Amino acid sequence: MWIYDKKLQYPVNIKNTNPKLAKIIISQLGGPDGELAASLRYLNQRYTMPSDKVKGLLTDIGTEELAHVEMISAIIYQLTKNLTPEQIKESGFDTYFVDHTEGIYPVSASGVPFTASYFGVKGDAITDLTENMAAEQKARTTYDNILRLADDPDVRDPIKFLREREIVHFQRFGEALRIIQDNLNPKNFYACNPSFDKNCGKRR
Amino acid sequence: MNERDELMMKIQHYDFALKELNLYLDTHPNCRRALALFNKYKKLKSDAEKEFNDLYGPLTPIQNNSANHWHWVSDPWPWERS
Repeated sequence: MWIYDKKLQYPVNIKNTNPKLAKIIISQLGGPDGELAASLRYLNQRYTMPSDKVKGLLTDIGTEELAHVEMISAIIYQLTKNLTPEQIKESGFDTYFVDHTEGIYPVSASGVPFTASYFGVKGDAITDLTENMAAEQKARTTYDNILRLADDPDVRDPIKFLREREIVHFQRFGEALRIIQDNLNPKNFYACNPSFDKNCGKRR
Repeated sequence: MNERDELMMKIQHYDFALKELNLYLDTHPNCRRALALFNKYKKLKSDAEKEFNDLYGPLTPIQNNSANHWHWVSDPWPWERS
């Protein structure tokens, strides 16, 4: 079960609104490599993981991703506060505004609503952990692209923090993959599915 | 039911009482009777969780007290049948 802490993982304090930038950054909420997909990916994968260390890691990173969902939402909220009709029209935020006003709804930058097809649960520890490593790099690239488009230091600061977390998670997932492989036949990691086949997780 | 499961069930009961009181207090923040019950169950939960941690390990990462092992990740996880 979960408990909510009434605080952000890292502070978000943006002085100037910028709906155009909000429309880009919202991809890290509801887009293909966003924080919501990350959280659901890890929290759903953990059930069949054949290692207690990796079950713990997926639980803990999946939980941290929920804190990142909240940080991105706070950024969007602050970037779109008290907009005038002129600002909404000029910035291109009007296509979002018409459906959601200033509410926070998970969509990609191009306006596609969030979908579970953004993440995979294959039920094979090697496959799932490899997906997770790729997912962290894809999110890191997205943050790099956001940093190319954002000038405001108030926005760049929390985005840089989130980008750094992708790198740390990539490192930990690499170690998790090693933990799984260390338990498998070193001559053929793919002789069986460690999440499914009985006695697969025994070194031979 | 073994002793671990019994203690766990006790904590789950306290958690649920606290959750119900939490939701009630969200819309009745000045209800002294509910606040008194909340504080009562808070103490019961905290004592039961301390006992559980001493015997079977932590329920949250922050409860991990050992200086030589990270018991947090140890099996069983809650979705596994006991």
